[in-house]
Amino acid sequence: MNVQDFQRTMPGAQAYFSRNRSWWSHTHLDAIMLLLLLTLAGYGLFVFYSASGQSMAAVQRQLIRYGVAFGVMLLIACTPPRLFRRWAPWLFGIGLITLVAVILVGVGAKGAQRWLQLPGLPRFQPSELMKLIVPMTLAWYFAEKPLPPSLWHAFKVLVILLIPTLLIAKQPDLGTSLLIAASGIFVLLLSGILWRYVLAAAALAGACVPLVWMLMRDYQKQRVLTFLDPESDPLGSGWNIIQSKTAIGSGGIHGKGWLNGTQSQLDFLPESHTDFIIAVLAEELGLVGVLVLLAIYLCIIARGLYIASQAQDTFGRLLAGSITLTFFVYVFVNIGMVSGILPVVGVPLPLVSYGGTSIVTLLAGFGLIMSIHSHRTMVTR
Amino acid sequence: MRKPVALKDHQRERRAFQFRALLAFGLVVLMMAALISRLGYLQVSEHERYRSLSDRNRIQLQAVPPNRGLIYDTNGVLLAENRPSPNLSLVKERVSDLDTTIAELATMVSITERDIEGFQRRLKQRRRPFEAVPLRFRLTEQEIARVAVNFHRLPGVQIDAELIRHYPEGTSLVHAIGYVGRINERELKQVDELDYSGTNHIGKLGVEKFYEAQLHGTVGVQQVEANARGQVLQVLSRQNPIPGRDLTLYLDLQLQRAAEQALGDRRGAVVALDPNTGGILALVSTPGYDPNPFVTGISSRDYKGLQQHEDLPLFNRALRGRYPPASTIKPVIGLAAIDSGTIGLGHKVWDPGWYQLTQGGRFYRDWKRQGHGRVNLRDAIVESCDVFFYDVGNRMGVDPMSDYLGRFGFGKVTSLDLPEAHAAFLPSKEWKKAARNRSWYPGDSLNLSIGQGFLVTTPIQLATATMVIANRGKWINPRMLKSMSGQDDEGLEFHLEVPERKQMDQVELTRDSYWDYMTRSMEMVMHGKKGTARRSGAGSSYRIAGKTGTAQVLGIKQDEKYDAEKLAERHRDHGLFIGFAPIKDPQIVIAVVVENGGGGSSAAAPVGRKVLDNYLLRDTSSLSVASVKGGV
Repeated sequence: MNVQDFQRTMPGAQAYFSRNRSWWSHTHLDAIMLLLLLTLAGYGLFVFYSASGQSMAAVQRQLIRYGVAFGVMLLIACTPPRLFRRWAPWLFGIGLITLVAVILVGVGAKGAQRWLQLPGLPRFQPSELMKLIVPMTLAWYFAEKPLPPSLWHAFKVLVILLIPTLLIAKQPDLGTSLLIAASGIFVLLLSGILWRYVLAAAALAGACVPLVWMLMRDYQKQRVLTFLDPESDPLGSGWNIIQSKTAIGSGGIHGKGWLNGTQSQLDFLPESHTDFIIAVLAEELGLVGVLVLLAIYLCIIARGLYIASQAQDTFGRLLAGSITLTFFVYVFVNIGMVSGILPVVGVPLPLVSYGGTSIVTLLAGFGLIMSIHSHRTMVTR
Repeated sequence: MRKPVALKDHQRERRAFQFRALLAFGLVVLMMAALISRLGYLQVSEHERYRSLSDRNRIQLQAVPPNRGLIYDTNGVLLAENRPSPNLSLVKERVSDLDTTIAELATMVSITERDIEGFQRRLKQRRRPFEAVPLRFRLTEQEIARVAVNFHRLPGVQIDAELIRHYPEGTSLVHAIGYVGRINERELKQVDELDYSGTNHIGKLGVEKFYEAQLHGTVGVQQVEANARGQVLQVLSRQNPIPGRDLTLYLDLQLQRAAEQALGDRRGAVVALDPNTGGILALVSTPGYDPNPFVTGISSRDYKGLQQHEDLPLFNRALRGRYPPASTIKPVIGLAAIDSGTIGLGHKVWDPGWYQLTQGGRFYRDWKRQGHGRVNLRDAIVESCDVFFYDVGNRMGVDPMSDYLGRFGFGKVTSLDLPEAHAAFLPSKEWKKAARNRSWYPGDSLNLSIGQGFLVTTPIQLATATMVIANRGKWINPRMLKSMSGQDDEGLEFHLEVPERKQMDQVELTRDSYWDYMTRSMEMVMHGKKGTARRSGAGSSYRIAGKTGTAQVLGIKQDEKYDAEKLAERHRDHGLFIGFAPIKDPQIVIAVVVENGGGGSSAAAPVGRKVLDNYLLRDTSSLSVASVKGGV
């Protein structure tokens, strides 16, 4: 085989071998994605400073979280995806055990048990880890199966998905279980499942709505009712949504100016630095500020989907695609609930809201995406 | 392997994935567009609505109460003022435990059960969050100091100064000018609620009530920015309140106190009028009570104490006390008799000490058992002969008497700015028929002619009728207000309107000399040899016209609880006196009632003389301002 033949059968190999392997390529980070994430984090901190009541201490805490999260992302990006694929079922098993442990010995507040306090370990939320483990497990399951999956395989995947989803919904943590269910469904949809199965499942799900209603806790029902008619209880459970809509609407196109939002700075807006932070952004920076944020999100999603489509195996494709689309679910559900088109479920605005666990999980997910992208081999399978 | 093995077709899977990823991206863009259109709807289309909603959240209007107008007496002495009162207040939202905090405060300042009771009441009716609710009023310097050093341990406790109405003369003037008290729900409905949004007090009685609109002023407004917890962060704009208008009354504090002291601890009333202006110079009703506790809210126990007191201190005798006028009515009846032509000036009656309508009928007794002998109208006035007036009453009948009495203001409220004034009662034939279903008997006329029976009058009515005599029939409605500072919204000075129902026609007699005749007769009551009040008229440097009256006390119920002495005291006659002086140019008209004082000449006339002396001899009299203040 001479060089010409080699080049014909292996296009791109020359570039691959002649590439100057710099220190950067050893980090296994995707430069474009990293830049977008840093922009988002920076923009988020800017809003966070205002939403936290101009507390430098809170900003420092948030900065530390970003630092830890980016570290985790780097670590995961450096780990080859085949390892994750190998560990996936084991991780899933451990994840299920911790979820059961949460229900048995977990700690928490406001009538929800979400945390696990193990001796010698910091307090953590197993459901957050499941956000990555579940799509990983499902991608692992499909990796060697012929696609599009048969009805039997699809059914087995749904069962695998249902177990952690129900365990988390029982905590109860509607937001997280929703996100996990979404991540699993995205794996299914991206796997190329036949549309007729999808339609049938959708019809079945519609029929199950009354059942779900019966299983929901009182406060969850209250949220849905409040969503349907927030004015019915303007001082009680409708307060949040009325105040957030007022904050957003009063911001107008250009906003009231950074640190000048009256709804947020005068404490009319509840949860202003956590789930409702988008209302602060919309009030102070206006529609323009929101559009900038959405543009950044859109770029991240586009890059994620691009990476997914460039992945060389089924595992990578499904995992990267699912993580990216779940990221969008965060964005959509959060903004949707704050602006009053979706019921209030506890979903943070990704990488902007206060909260260590969600930032770490999200960036770990992007670490996976980067790992998938940067560990491509010369030969496409 | 027999079974067909499904093999992975990597190329096809990849293409399928790419198609679905693209589809997903398209969906993402679409959903983002949905979010953007939602935000655009909120931030562009509905922007105005939400902006006003957010402004309504943060901007609060706060009322700035106006200072209440002051009240002065005719000489410029302050009768009602606004004093900064250091109040101990609590902000409920900042106090963790109200009861323990109050208990803690009670160790530093004296807090009574009544204070706590009032505090709880005010706490219920407060309006804004983070509004301080007063617990104790009028702290002393020491109390302020004791609380102030402990401020750090008492979050939510504050001392603030509120301008509170204060009546320096206290008990002396309460029946004349009334008082203000905390507004209640019912009163709030009657006034412009916006105008009173910063005001805690409203005129409850007397002048304070009548001139409420002018005294109150106009509320100011300030726009403040407040956070969600109601804490005020900054004042955005302020429109200052317009203070209430100051009143100057005709009331003469010195005269008022002299009259009060002349009555002493007896129950009674004195009304003094200026016949030139109709101004009320003194309006005394004893016993009085201190209005100042009513301003901050009197405890129900104290209030009950006043209410159930046997001397009825809350009762305004001068305006609402209904007494039979007795012989003090005789000048009016006498004028009616000669003016109506019932009798001539030469008419004489033989008074054996009794009068009979018919032979063998009931005896109507004269107060003097042995009778006055042969008397004419003048003698009848001077000696207060009853038989003469029985005769006159019988001849005249009820209709002309009732008519004349009405023209002198009986049975009506003619005073202009005293909301408590009572019309008392003027009987008539029609009334008796309608109310009692009995016809008017001639005996009723006899009783009416000597001021007993159905007719009852208030002291201010007696004074007013006497003023009409002093003014020779000219009517001026009695009034408290002399002048008012400032102008109203249209820039006009205040003008006290006489409402149509209080407009009185001048009393015209067929001969003007009848006035002189009656005045001369009343002069002889004071200065004549046989005058009933000659002892009170003796030695005066000016001439007084007067008339005494002694009203029988009827209808005191026998109550076993009364001890004998008190029972006897309550059965004694009421003493009455009317008069004016100097005769040539009347400057002052008075009416005096001394409840259970005995006779008019012994109890009421001396009080009248003291009051007249105080007013007319003030400059040369030994009664100086200082000695009045010190107590005569």
